[in-house]
Amino acid sequence: MTQLALVIDLNVCVGCHACVTSCKEWNTSGWAGPMVDQNPYDGSPTGTFFNRVQTFEVGVFPNTETVHFPKSCLHCEEPPCVPVCPTGASHKRADNGIVLVDYDKCIGCKYCSWACPYGARELDEQEKVMKKCTLCIDRITDATLSDRDRQPACVLACPTSARLYGDVHDPDSEVSVAIRERGGYQLMPEWGTKPANHYLPRQKNRMYISPDELTRVDNPLRKEDLTTYTGEETLDDVAW
Amino acid sequence: MHPAFSVIFLTTLLGAGQGLFLAMFTGQLYALARFLPAQEDQFYALGSLVALVLLVIGLGASFFHLGRPERAWRSAAMWRTSWLSREVIILPILMALVFAYSVAHLMHWTQPWFHIGEVLGVDATLLLGLLGTIASFALFVSTAMIYASVKFLEEWHSTFTVVNFTLLGLASGFMLAAAYSAYIGNPLVSFFGTWAVVLTLGALLSRVAHLRRNARLKHKSTVQTAIGVRHTAVVQKAQGAMGGSFNTREFFHGRTPETVRLVRNSFLVLVFPIPILLISGAYLIESTTLPILAFLIQYLGLIAERWYFFAEAKHPQNLYYQSIS
Repeated sequence: MTQLALVIDLNVCVGCHACVTSCKEWNTSGWAGPMVDQNPYDGSPTGTFFNRVQTFEVGVFPNTETVHFPKSCLHCEEPPCVPVCPTGASHKRADNGIVLVDYDKCIGCKYCSWACPYGARELDEQEKVMKKCTLCIDRITDATLSDRDRQPACVLACPTSARLYGDVHDPDSEVSVAIRERGGYQLMPEWGTKPANHYLPRQKNRMYISPDELTRVDNPLRKEDLTTYTGEETLDDVAW
Repeated sequence: MHPAFSVIFLTTLLGAGQGLFLAMFTGQLYALARFLPAQEDQFYALGSLVALVLLVIGLGASFFHLGRPERAWRSAAMWRTSWLSREVIILPILMALVFAYSVAHLMHWTQPWFHIGEVLGVDATLLLGLLGTIASFALFVSTAMIYASVKFLEEWHSTFTVVNFTLLGLASGFMLAAAYSAYIGNPLVSFFGTWAVVLTLGALLSRVAHLRRNARLKHKSTVQTAIGVRHTAVVQKAQGAMGGSFNTREFFHGRTPETVRLVRNSFLVLVFPIPILLISGAYLIESTTLPILAFLIQYLGLIAERWYFFAEAKHPQNLYYQSIS
């Protein structure tokens, strides 16, 4: 079975929000739209987003590190939001494992959002239905697009390639290899939701140098110059 | 969680309605067993009509919780997996049974259809009352399981939620039955009042035990498991939006801890000791107004109780919404 998902590389995410804006741009005018904003130019702008980039600070000053953390629906393999839906609007597609909301069936009871530990679902204030990341289902299933374009908008927009997209059930896919070889992990594994999306941890390239490595043990100058000088003329005193 | 008054009124009104209906039927059963004098049919009919009105208002309140109330009929579809769906199915069944029970009494359909043993004549009201009792308890369980089944809300994910919803609903219903009897001058006020006190005391035990459990609760998720970074000091610096979002509106009550504590202490006083004292006082001085006051104060307290129930629950998604900037 196919399980499409994203793998997000926290090592290279720079927190530019390009995935956020491209997601909103694509989806607000597409099948899942509109994603309505309230007070977009006023004091408290708010609106529906499928994807948000959050920022966390790890450590205590001066030893701190900034982690930019893109968060969207993780398309869980055991999605807790699906069985609680009273209408069947919330569902997981059998063919590719994407969790979707049928906007024509949703009654806006918000129960699914209570049953999502990640806060991935947002009720649209104008449409009054629950909305969430669709993994750009209308792009990736559109056979008229080229292979390069048949990817979620956020993946195409990422300038640092921090977002990988593919089938996490195919062991040889780019995403599976990345998870396997680069320590991909799931969010809140304690709930058993088995998120399909994975995150790649930050990795640092460190060089460890011990003091003895700073001195060349077999330095030829030190090896050859064994003379003990007692004031006599040395080679340094020679006028050239 | 953000306490929504639509759901607060839904759960408290349904509870009182179910409790009142069960009180009426309990009265009928006691009369059948000749523990109590038999009442006019009109007594049960009017009482269960009041219960029906409460159920209808509760159902009406629930529509204010929906973004798309015109599609509410769809919500019966997923009864195999969703407790919300099960509630949506059981509630109209209960309403129909309560209505039929009321009508059966009003129309005096009390001729026994058949006899069990020598004395027990089974008539329409007895059968409808039994079915209504089953539906009432099924509704208590369904309503409470909507909350108790969400494992992420660890404050709710407990048997206590089901026991509390049931006992508090029963207590307020029997209290209302006492108030109703007092209002029409029926001597059953002391019978219903005694049961209301017993049920209120039971609810007190269970609710306090629930509060103690939640006070000692250790949440499974931390900000470390939320973003997967292993460090003792992880602080959010931005949540991706400056003006809030659905996530900040739905999952935070936005009140100070002092307010939340005040609501908790208020409901602990309003739901339990005051109604018990009032109904006992009514018994002593044979007052007809005190039972009504007891019910109104207990219901007010139940609104506070349900508000606190929501405000107390901390959703793991809040870990992603700790700081705006």
